[in-house]
Amino acid sequence: MAEIQDSGGGDHGKKGKVRSKKASTHVDMTAMVDLAFLLLTFFLLTTTFNKPQTMEIIMPDKAEKVEDQSEVKESNALTLILGENNRIYWYAGLKDPKVEVTYFGPTKIRKLLVEKRDEVAARGGKNKLTVLIKADEKAKYKNFVDILDEMNINKIPTYAVVDITPQELEMIAKAQTAPASGN
Amino acid sequence: MAKVRPKAKKPTLDMTPVVDLAFLLVTFFMLTTNFRPEEPVVVDIPSSVADIKLPEVDIMTITISREGKVFFNVDNKFTRSSLLQKMGEKYKVNFTPQQVETFSNLTTFGVPMNVMPGFLDASKEERKEMTLGIPTDSLNNQLYDWIVNTRLSNPKVRIAIKGDGQAAYPVVKRVVSTLQDQNVNRFNLITSLEQEF
Repeated sequence: MAEIQDSGGGDHGKKGKVRSKKASTHVDMTAMVDLAFLLLTFFLLTTTFNKPQTMEIIMPDKAEKVEDQSEVKESNALTLILGENNRIYWYAGLKDPKVEVTYFGPTKIRKLLVEKRDEVAARGGKNKLTVLIKADEKAKYKNFVDILDEMNINKIPTYAVVDITPQELEMIAKAQTAPASGN
Repeated sequence: MAKVRPKAKKPTLDMTPVVDLAFLLVTFFMLTTNFRPEEPVVVDIPSSVADIKLPEVDIMTITISREGKVFFNVDNKFTRSSLLQKMGEKYKVNFTPQQVETFSNLTTFGVPMNVMPGFLDASKEERKEMTLGIPTDSLNNQLYDWIVNTRLSNPKVRIAIKGDGQAAYPVVKRVVSTLQDQNVNRFNLITSLEQEF
């Protein structure tokens, strides 16, 4: 296209052509910068930067038969029951009825877990702490995640999430009526 | 003594590199962005120190809202359309091709199967209001079928649970035992990174 125009214009002779004054080729870029940054801001705000973190959890098989279930040595067991208002009821062993109350926090549940873990490990051999995690109806999902998190933080070797038993429900009901700071 | 002042110049700035830079960044963000998927409920996820990243593809998300309603999502259009057809056969609900198409483009949903055709025909705004949750009780456990059929449609799928921190534990337990009923003992809990430490 440009060539055709050129040859057409050539017939009249270059001298006769009135050239307009050469305009500056400078383009004001400011508006373009505005646009570019507007788009940039839009994408910055709509993008999802951090991929969600996840916590992998492996549940025990739903063993129907009793013989399929693994035994827990009584002295190595620690049971934690998550209750309402971020309470944790705990007792050591399997049949010990003495339930105590603790809460989330580095000086409470974490201290307890570390103590128990080291206590069991100090016995040597294959002894390692097994934590049984149970949750009451009134527990929140957050408590559940937090307690699993504590297991990871404190490197508890084995833990399992199990259903609460009626006896335990009774036990925590009793512990509830007793003053929390009784001893 | 007298200072020789240079002739005052008009202060012009060449903006071209700025434009270059800005468009480079725009291009970068345009290509890397994936838009935040729309969700029917706001879920305040609890925090933990876990730092495993969730895979981006082949993921099934079960969302538990604060009120204990259960929502479901799975990625991949093909998985979704075959999933809806399988669910339709199971629950004797017929879906038109249009409804299947709508479903495969949706994200998280939470309606029982009998409401599903109406949900798919509804407008985008109406759909936002339809947050009944998927039934999970033992008599009518539709979540179970959603999970079974998703795993049939895409065997590689991984399961993530995204629960609100204030959701009651029994609901979580029901979801977990629904998973365990079909021998899924390995799944992920979506958490945010712990802030204070």
